[in-house]
Amino acid sequence: MKREIPILIVGITGVILFLQYFIPTDWSMQLLGTSQDWVIVIGILALPLGIWSLVKANIMKLQVKGERFYAAVLLTGFLVMLIFGLPHRSSLEQGSTFMTLFNTILIPIQATIFSLLAFFVASAAYRAFRARSVLATILLLTAFLVMFRWLPLGFISTADNAIVAWILSVPNMAANRAIGMGIGLGGAAMAIKIILGIERTYMGHD
Amino acid sequence: MTTSQLLLNGIAVFLTFCIFSFLYKDNPFYKFAERLVAGVATGYWTVLLFHTNFRDKVWDTIVINHQFIYIIPALLGIAMWTRFSKNYSWISRYSIAFYIGISSGAGIPLIFYAGIFKQLQGTISTPLAFSWAGLNAFLIIVAVLAALVYFFFSAAHKGTMGTVSRIGIYVVMIGFGAGFGLTVMGRVALLVQRIIFLKGYAIALFGG
Repeated sequence: MKREIPILIVGITGVILFLQYFIPTDWSMQLLGTSQDWVIVIGILALPLGIWSLVKANIMKLQVKGERFYAAVLLTGFLVMLIFGLPHRSSLEQGSTFMTLFNTILIPIQATIFSLLAFFVASAAYRAFRARSVLATILLLTAFLVMFRWLPLGFISTADNAIVAWILSVPNMAANRAIGMGIGLGGAAMAIKIILGIERTYMGHD
Repeated sequence: MTTSQLLLNGIAVFLTFCIFSFLYKDNPFYKFAERLVAGVATGYWTVLLFHTNFRDKVWDTIVINHQFIYIIPALLGIAMWTRFSKNYSWISRYSIAFYIGISSGAGIPLIFYAGIFKQLQGTISTPLAFSWAGLNAFLIIVAVLAALVYFFFSAAHKGTMGTVSRIGIYVVMIGFGAGFGLTVMGRVALLVQRIIFLKGYAIALFGG
């Protein structure tokens, strides 16, 4: 009851939705659309689970000295966005207070955090990519060629651009295709294992 | 720049410096900006999903359009909340079962189509010929096969298999190097954009 029926549900829904792809009729497309809507509905109604966990964890932190201020900042930021965003759908339009907060706070901070990575990636690369082997040298050389492309170095840049264009369209594309196929095969294998009830870790423990 | 724009951009400048202060070391300004972005981002996504998903797919569908079949997934979604209870958390497995079952079943053909068949099609679609494009097409086929052999662990990488897999790892390393270079340049572009923003604000404030 606690485990068997959910496994049965996964198997039945999985097989039906899999077979649906090979039956291109109106009702099968409707079945797919409705099923995808079901996934969205289940997902959106599960959202409060995550929100509550975050809010609860930070309410607990309000009682911890040293964390109090930062927990209050997080909760205030969250509540302010809800207050300005939830009442009206028009809050999603540019010019609303909600979107102004988004553009003033979220965009600059996120852009700066990602730009910070330029420094950390560079220092990490220095430690990781020292040309100690043929493989590391290939990686290092490719990375440098790709990065040097942007420098205005006259005829060197022209030659580098041609080499980089070839790297991106031939070996890089081949590597990405092979990795993509590996991910595809892995994903499909995992989905089949889930449908057949071999993979059950998603159910957690009793 | 109007006074309100100056004020709003001033907040953005302050938050930008708060984040950059992490280059020195972890400090209260950075922590403040970090928690603020966590709260605001959670609020933003909650509002966005509330209006685009909850309103459209749940409220409007059931209450306005009277498609009562959607009460079932709504109840399944609400059943996820039983995760908070030790005694009744097993009920949420029914919701997860529907979610996982539908996603897996509908996902398999799409994964095969986009992840495997389209990739294979792209690999072999260019005709082989005695030209630069033909040579590149041939190299792509060889490189994809070599990289796939490298990821094939059901046979020992010895002899011919070892040689091909060695070529495969070279191809993969070129891919990783190119990915790394592009990522770094993307980050540097963001850094330049932030510096231009700061410079623009300084000019607006003090005059250029």
